[in-house]
Amino acid sequence: MPVAFLNFMEVTMNGLMAGVLYALVALGFVLIYKASGIFNYAQGVMALFSALTLVGIMEGQVPFSHLINAILGTEIHHFGWHINAFFGILFTMVVMVGLAYCVQRFVFRHLVGQEPIILFMATIGLAYFMEGLGDLMWGSDIKTLDVGLPQGGSLAIENLTVGLAAEGARYYGMYIDKLDMVATVVAAILVVALVLFAQYTKQGRAMRAVADDHQAALSVGISLNFIWILVWSLAGFVAIVAGVMWGAKSGVQFSLSLIALKALPVLMLGGFTSIPGAIVGGLIIGVGEKVFEYQFGPMLGGATENWFAYVLALLFLVFRPQGLFGEKIIERV
Amino acid sequence: MLDAGHTEEALLEVNNIEVIYNHVILVLKGVSLSVPKGGITALLGGNGAGKTTTLKAISNLLHSERGEVTKGSIIYRGERIQDQDPAELVKKGVIQVMEGRHCFEHLTVEENLLTGAYTRSGAKVARDLEMVYDYFPRLRERRKSQAGYTSGGEQQMVAIGRALMSQPETILLDEPSMGLAPQLVEEIFGIVKSLNENEGVTFLLAEQNTNVALRYAHYGYILESGRVVMDGPAADLRENPDVKEFYLGMSDEGRKSFRDVRSYRRRKRWLS
Repeated sequence: MPVAFLNFMEVTMNGLMAGVLYALVALGFVLIYKASGIFNYAQGVMALFSALTLVGIMEGQVPFSHLINAILGTEIHHFGWHINAFFGILFTMVVMVGLAYCVQRFVFRHLVGQEPIILFMATIGLAYFMEGLGDLMWGSDIKTLDVGLPQGGSLAIENLTVGLAAEGARYYGMYIDKLDMVATVVAAILVVALVLFAQYTKQGRAMRAVADDHQAALSVGISLNFIWILVWSLAGFVAIVAGVMWGAKSGVQFSLSLIALKALPVLMLGGFTSIPGAIVGGLIIGVGEKVFEYQFGPMLGGATENWFAYVLALLFLVFRPQGLFGEKIIERV
Repeated sequence: MLDAGHTEEALLEVNNIEVIYNHVILVLKGVSLSVPKGGITALLGGNGAGKTTTLKAISNLLHSERGEVTKGSIIYRGERIQDQDPAELVKKGVIQVMEGRHCFEHLTVEENLLTGAYTRSGAKVARDLEMVYDYFPRLRERRKSQAGYTSGGEQQMVAIGRALMSQPETILLDEPSMGLAPQLVEEIFGIVKSLNENEGVTFLLAEQNTNVALRYAHYGYILESGRVVMDGPAADLRENPDVKEFYLGMSDEGRKSFRDVRSYRRRKRWLS
């Protein structure tokens, strides 16, 4: 096989895996949007917050330690324990469920029946609040998150592919990040689980019912409050997964919350209401931007990854506004 | 009250309620009614008379529309139910079928029906699903289709069937005839009647189609601008000359043609 083709393959593979990570963030958006019509701007910050919390819990950091020390004049920073990743994630989940409850109880319960733009503004406020809360609780320094996920390129794949090139060609095998591979498997499991949950369980059905018609759902005895807490908890769970993957890749730091911006074009492609759409959209964006950069980047002066996704999303908005898998708007006349 | 139907045990009693929307708009100005167990009670009146508001006040769905009951009381089986969640009411056996069907469009017909059993669990749900399909055979054929793509009549059946899945004692049925062909209206009302007779479901139904409603109901209340202006057994209301003239479009000379309506004398008001 010619080297150029193998390189193209490698770029595509890496694109697919980057796409999975985008999709993980987009998933959280879809869940909340579907069930409550709220476009949750805070999803990216939720990923950051959950990653911060996870690191904090695993390292035995004392929450609000700066604040406590400043007020009481003490010098405490650590409880002095280390918790393994499994229990760390479990505790983080508990925190995210608590957060979901608070968000519902103190913010959105008071905004039922308001305009979507007002709900959107509320999520922007929420995003900044959580950003500040994360800083206050866990400090603003960059942290490394080590939950035992494999790092670096896969040697096996490199050895497997090095022989594919023609004899005597200068080719050293494909570089595929092991972490990306894990992320792909985890995302696939997550999506299948979420789809099964939404399609075949009572609460999942109730969730879709609420998404369709709040009042009718209320009239058959579905508690909107409960469903919304459930949905925010699920989104919190997805945020943890995204936070762990991105955090392990690039460290837990403020810029983690900006991945939300990459999720926007994914949503426009896949549709705001479709769980599989979020995945496919993520993959298309991931592959699209990597391949585009590889093929046309040099001609355009590089850095096309910064804007490619948004241009693609714009084209979709023009020709297929509901996205690839978005629910068709059913309107009977 | 003088009539025989009313000496029976009243399941639901609405006493002199007032409803205000958005803190300013007074919609119901003291509505009282009582629904006997096992009866079909009709709530009649024109657009904006307050029929839907009355039903929503009972099922407590007013809240999401920024309405509230400010005076009076609503009693179900001797218990005040004003401040209870719709979910609690559904568990108590009171469920509303909202005007305009309100199906879950992206769910299949069967999934729609199953959401009605949200507050219940157990094997009886499957049995009730079969019962609903027996009453509405058309839904059995379409069980796998998306509710949004079914016809208006089928959606109304889905809405009623969904309510049945909660094992209700009382169904508050809001305008089942809306937008349906006359033949379908008869079909739906026929099913309401048989549900009432065979399953013992009590109905309180709001209807603009006075003619059909009075044929199937046992007792009727007529609402005008937020007040009950007349009530009586359905048979009496049907014979009442005022009801005949204003709601059934009949007068002593029989049906009027549209041309005569122009010189029609001003509609009599019981209040104003």
